Amino acid sequence: MVCSKHPVSAAMFMIISLVGVAALFVLLEAFFLAVLQILVYAGAVMVLFLFIIMLLDVGPDAGKASKMKLVSGLAAAFSISLLIVIFLIIVQDSGWLLEGASWSAVPESSKLTQGGNFVFSTAVKNFGYGLMTKYMLPLQISGFLLLAAMVGVIVLSKKDEKEVG
Amino acid sequence: MFDYELIQLILIKVIFAFLMVGAIMTMAGYSVLAERKVSAWMQGRVGPNRTVLPFVGHIPVVGSLLKGLGIFQPLADGLKFLFKEEIVPGHVNKFYYYLAPIVALVPALTTMTVLPFGEFVNAEGVTIPLILADLDIGILFVLAVSSLGVYGIVLAGWSSNSKYPFLGGIRSSAQMISYELAMGLSLLPVFLWVSEPGSTVSSLSLVEIVRSQQGSTWLLIIQPISALIFLIALFAETNRLPFDMPESETDLVGGFHTEYGSFKFGIFFVAEYAHIVIGSAIFTLLFLGGWNFLPWLDNPWGADWMGALIGTGWFIIKTISLIFFFIWVRWTLPRFRYDQVMDLGWTKLLPLALANLIFYIFVVTWLDQSNLNLP
Repeated sequence: MVCSKHPVSAAMFMIISLVGVAALFVLLEAFFLAVLQILVYAGAVMVLFLFIIMLLDVGPDAGKASKMKLVSGLAAAFSISLLIVIFLIIVQDSGWLLEGASWSAVPESSKLTQGGNFVFSTAVKNFGYGLMTKYMLPLQISGFLLLAAMVGVIVLSKKDEKEVG
Repeated sequence: MFDYELIQLILIKVIFAFLMVGAIMTMAGYSVLAERKVSAWMQGRVGPNRTVLPFVGHIPVVGSLLKGLGIFQPLADGLKFLFKEEIVPGHVNKFYYYLAPIVALVPALTTMTVLPFGEFVNAEGVTIPLILADLDIGILFVLAVSSLGVYGIVLAGWSSNSKYPFLGGIRSSAQMISYELAMGLSLLPVFLWVSEPGSTVSSLSLVEIVRSQQGSTWLLIIQPISALIFLIALFAETNRLPFDMPESETDLVGGFHTEYGSFKFGIFFVAEYAHIVIGSAIFTLLFLGGWNFLPWLDNPWGADWMGALIGTGWFIIKTISLIFFFIWVRWTLPRFRYDQVMDLGWTKLLPLALANLIFYIFVVTWLDQSNLNLP
């Protein structure tokens, strides 16, 4: 996966894992988050990644990450053990082995959040209400950070142009 | 052990899905025929008029009429693609070379799950939309999944390992990103308008959008700028002619599919037309009132299954007219240069979409403040 020697293959694997995360969101019934995950990361950011990889024509030897055998081995072992744990949980809880055992339903009382009076739900409207009321400040700050990053990129790229010209 | 009701439900869904795939693929196949016929008509040619089936072609009047219209041509085209020799050039990256057509076709066909095409009121008085899955996030799902379609083109260009397909792939990725932004921003005012405070609509579902246009204006009349931006971005996203940068056969030989032949090329071809069919359908749903009759008029047909059938037919007629518009534009306008495409996307469409959004924010706020009834 990450230790794939070819940059394009590595990017494709990353797309697959991002789509996989979106699938996890779907399993959690957070459809809105899942779709945003695909729209933003798999659909736009990774296209840019591929675009840059292709534009620079990075070959298989360019990546140094492929040489870090120990780190990638450890990462692989960790991921596989996590996978085994998840598999065990699914097998135990889905009732393939134990008849009658099932996912416990979420009690109605826990659907109300502690702070605000808006009900926990996956509807798009609730995301909007949450962002514009309870999480207004983090939203504004992240917007400001993005603006700063954008200005930084413009400054950096303009500087290069002047040196050339 | 087995839950028979569940299995029955799943079977019905699977059958519906196959019917839907069949309908869209048929429409895609006949769009190819329409493309050839309309282009022939515009250039004063005859177009495909030779293909016949053994017995149908010999029916006195109908047979020759069908033959002249080229009704059997898509069948012949499909068989030709299927029975041609599979040639794989020696210098390609095999795995991605085979993967690319699949990646191009799958998103094009996946978007149809949230595509409604009618609705009817059943015996209990419940309104049932005719749709595979009525998701709360309908339009976002379409945008997200169709944005994955670009990987088919990019991978095809890259895995072919040759100059012109590579250029096609790079162009395509840049173009898709530029126009996705304008497309998404052009849709925001639409949803702002239909889900203003006090309205019953509170989701991004395509069914709700169509219902909001029932017996009232089409959104095309209220938001012409959004419709225009969405239409232009749609042309760019489906790689149709003023924007067919990845293909542009006059300067890139065949673009991303230069190294492809036989059935793999056929899949790319079908994917492009499936994109056009679904894109036209979505434009119809958003801006042309979907299965509703005409602006300001109630549907003259009832709400039972007969009315639903007529409504669906009306929706398909609108979609087909839009496909005709796509073809018309292709054979009328010349291709943009690559820098013109980028310029149009970033310095014209994106600011226009932003201005449009801000304008409608003020309009919706003002209408809401002064408690006017929306038209």
